[in-house]
Amino acid sequence: MAERQVSYAPTEELDLIRSTAREFLEDRVGIPVVRELMMSETGFDRSLWKELADLGWTGLTIDEAHGGAGYGFVELSVLLEEMGRAVTPGPFLASAVMATEAIKAAATPTQQAELLPGLASGETIATLAVWERPRGWALDDVATIAAPADSAWVLSGRKRFVLDGHLADLLIVAARLPEGEVGLFVVDAGAEGVSITQAPALDPTRRLADVVLDGVAAELLGDGPGAAGLAHALRLGLVALANEEVGGAQRCLEMSVEHAKTRYQFGRPIGSFQAIKHRCAEMLVRVEQARSAAYYAARVTDDPEELEIAAPLAAALCSEAYLWVAGENIQVHGGIGFTWEHDAHLYFKRAKASTLLFGDPRHHRRRLGDALGL
Amino acid sequence: MSDTERVDALVDRLLSEHSFDDPQAFWGAQYDLGLAWVWFPEGFGGLGLARGLQARINRRLDEAGAPTWNRRVNILGIGMGAAVIAAHGTDEQKRRWLRPMFTTEEIWCQLFSEPGAGSDLAGLATRAVRDGDEWVVTGQKVWTTLAHIAKWGMLVTRTDPDVPKHRGLTYFVVDMQAPGVEVRPLYQITGEAEFNEVFFDEVRIPDDQRLDEVGAGWRVAMTTLMNERVAIGGDTVPRGSGSIAEAVRVWKESGSEDPVLRDELVRLWAEWEAFRLTAARASEMAKAGTPGPEGSTGKLVWADLNKRITSFTVELMGMEGALYPGGYRLVRPEGRDEMPPQKAFLRARANSIEGGTSEIMMNIIGERVLGLPPEPRTDKDVPWKEVPRG
Ligand SMILES: Cc1cc2nc3c(=O)[nH]c(=O)nc-3n(C[C@H](O)[C@H](O)[C@H](O)COP(=O)(O)OP(=O)(O)OC[C@H]3O[C@@H](n4cnc5c(N)ncnc54)[C@H](O)[C@@H]3O)c2cc1C
Repeated sequence: MAERQVSYAPTEELDLIRSTAREFLEDRVGIPVVRELMMSETGFDRSLWKELADLGWTGLTIDEAHGGAGYGFVELSVLLEEMGRAVTPGPFLASAVMATEAIKAAATPTQQAELLPGLASGETIATLAVWERPRGWALDDVATIAAPADSAWVLSGRKRFVLDGHLADLLIVAARLPEGEVGLFVVDAGAEGVSITQAPALDPTRRLADVVLDGVAAELLGDGPGAAGLAHALRLGLVALANEEVGGAQRCLEMSVEHAKTRYQFGRPIGSFQAIKHRCAEMLVRVEQARSAAYYAARVTDDPEELEIAAPLAAALCSEAYLWVAGENIQVHGGIGFTWEHDAHLYFKRAKASTLLFGDPRHHRRRLGDALGL
Repeated sequence: MSDTERVDALVDRLLSEHSFDDPQAFWGAQYDLGLAWVWFPEGFGGLGLARGLQARINRRLDEAGAPTWNRRVNILGIGMGAAVIAAHGTDEQKRRWLRPMFTTEEIWCQLFSEPGAGSDLAGLATRAVRDGDEWVVTGQKVWTTLAHIAKWGMLVTRTDPDVPKHRGLTYFVVDMQAPGVEVRPLYQITGEAEFNEVFFDEVRIPDDQRLDEVGAGWRVAMTTLMNERVAIGGDTVPRGSGSIAEAVRVWKESGSEDPVLRDELVRLWAEWEAFRLTAARASEMAKAGTPGPEGSTGKLVWADLNKRITSFTVELMGMEGALYPGGYRLVRPEGRDEMPPQKAFLRARANSIEGGTSEIMMNIIGERVLGLPPEPRTDKDVPWKEVPRG
């Protein structure tokens, strides 16, 4: 299978998105804000969310007819990379990427017209509720039941590890149709029979929730089984996460290099010791390898067949690279890197949680092997 | 009667004559019988016997269900401080400090690291100036585990800034309740504060709390560190215990049959077993008086394996591993026994930093064990005050 020819050349458009994003995030969502949010009850600030929406971020990949900016995944991935770099808290990945892409991939035109404008404007926050078991990343593991009732559906089951579920107005739920296929449903988070509880997260900048559905009224997205659309949205989620991971890993590399140049022990900067110098060099190597995989994947999202290779490739490489770089960043810093007051742990926790959320690296490699016919 | 029989008889006596209900009284009796540090001289918690016999005593006490957690609660004192006092202290100092240390009536901490001096301990800046029969200490220490509950601290200070750094150090035992000592908590990535910053503002220390000669602080500090590195990763533990036990527990609980995960678990188990066997072999060689290179690898291997095993354990938990039971509450650590795998995973990041970083351990193995040429040093022969400090 030949790879697709894509261009990595920065365009004026991409540069502008990146510089605007970096500036905004540094000004408005700097580390003090991140720390305040991560220790708060919900981890969320609605006025900040509104600002993101006003910048056009929540509707970045939603078409103009539905109130969005009509950009593609490449532009989105630049934003995600910057947010990863800033460990930005909030439901962007859940709502503006996962739920939005699921609706785009599975909903009828009428449903899209109904749902997307609210997501684009940021008024509605949505999330994708798929997983039920700790290592159940395959769609086969979906056990929540959808039963037909009059003209609609009724869902029963328990979803776990739902990204920012406690903030959601809308849940996009994967459930099993009577014929055994997986369908995607829209559920109003406030509907009767829905109970949502936040679970304390290893990465306090990205929350997880438990969602119990007890005979909840739901609307089927699309005209039939939504498994294909869901699978596509999940692959896009992997690409999104991979680009976010690259941003975080890059920041860890920069923190390490900076520290290695300025921290003196034995009368010289610790970066002059090969143990540290080589470690920093290896960090750069791993970040660049990961970046290549993430950037490539972001550029082939409109090619479903190639995405089956590129998405798990990026997911496996980027999550392992980020975790390694974030861990070594602590090591390069020594004792200070192990403290709460230093920022290294924000990245380390984000990195570890990211290797678990949408599948661990072994799961991604299994998928990659499948795609390669191995 | 052989030494082993003698020790066994004393353990029998300890177990039959003293109840477990009052642990401090039990430890006092253990000390008085010479079963605290069996290789120490008689009268100071020992019997002057081979160090290796201590493991036998500890095992027998554990098996009998006797309290042995004083070693954990007062780890820096019993694990390191005692050996330092035994090697460098006067009889008067041994009498004063060893018994209440063993009974945990007095907790100890280690005041070595400073903001500017971690790996390069000899570069430390906390000043001690002589004033008659006393010393006046001013400076700052950091990462001091247990300082908030400690009665005594092992303190290394600079008494002469005009000589090369290793020569101008002096070692004291400082009363942590003395006027001018201030302890502030430092929270770590787990959300707990095991360690502290300690500030000294003209703290007065009587000269009889000095260990060894003025200017001999580096030698005393080395005794401390050697014992610390043996205490970390040098224990002989039962097969399959420690962090690998938790990995195995989580694996069994998960009911997984995934061959990829299983292979990784077994690989880690095997590496942990090799580490364990190495520790056992090293301890026997040391007992026989012929320590080999195996003894220097324990801390390094343990740190690396513990990080990998705890990380893998969290992965075994899948998305459950992305949760943090109880949340981050920024408190002092509570009981050390219950540690969910996610917290153990975060805590393990310190293993390759605390007690000497893994990079420093490798330098030591390279230079001292393998005899490789040292890195060129610019800081060794110049007066301390002239060494660049970034
Ligand atoms: C949980 C915990 C508990 C602790 N408890 C105590 C305590 O009770 N008392 C106490 O005194 N201290 C304590 N420490 C401090 C610990 O001993 C130091 O953190 C450690 O020695 C490293 O020093 P540093 O943090 O200043 O890092 P630095 O020395 O600044 O090291 C930064 C990085 O540079 C590397 N480096 C430095 N020099 C070299 C070299 N020559 N060659 C190659 N690499 C090098 C290090 O390996 C590290 O990766 C504790 C630390 C932790 C994390």
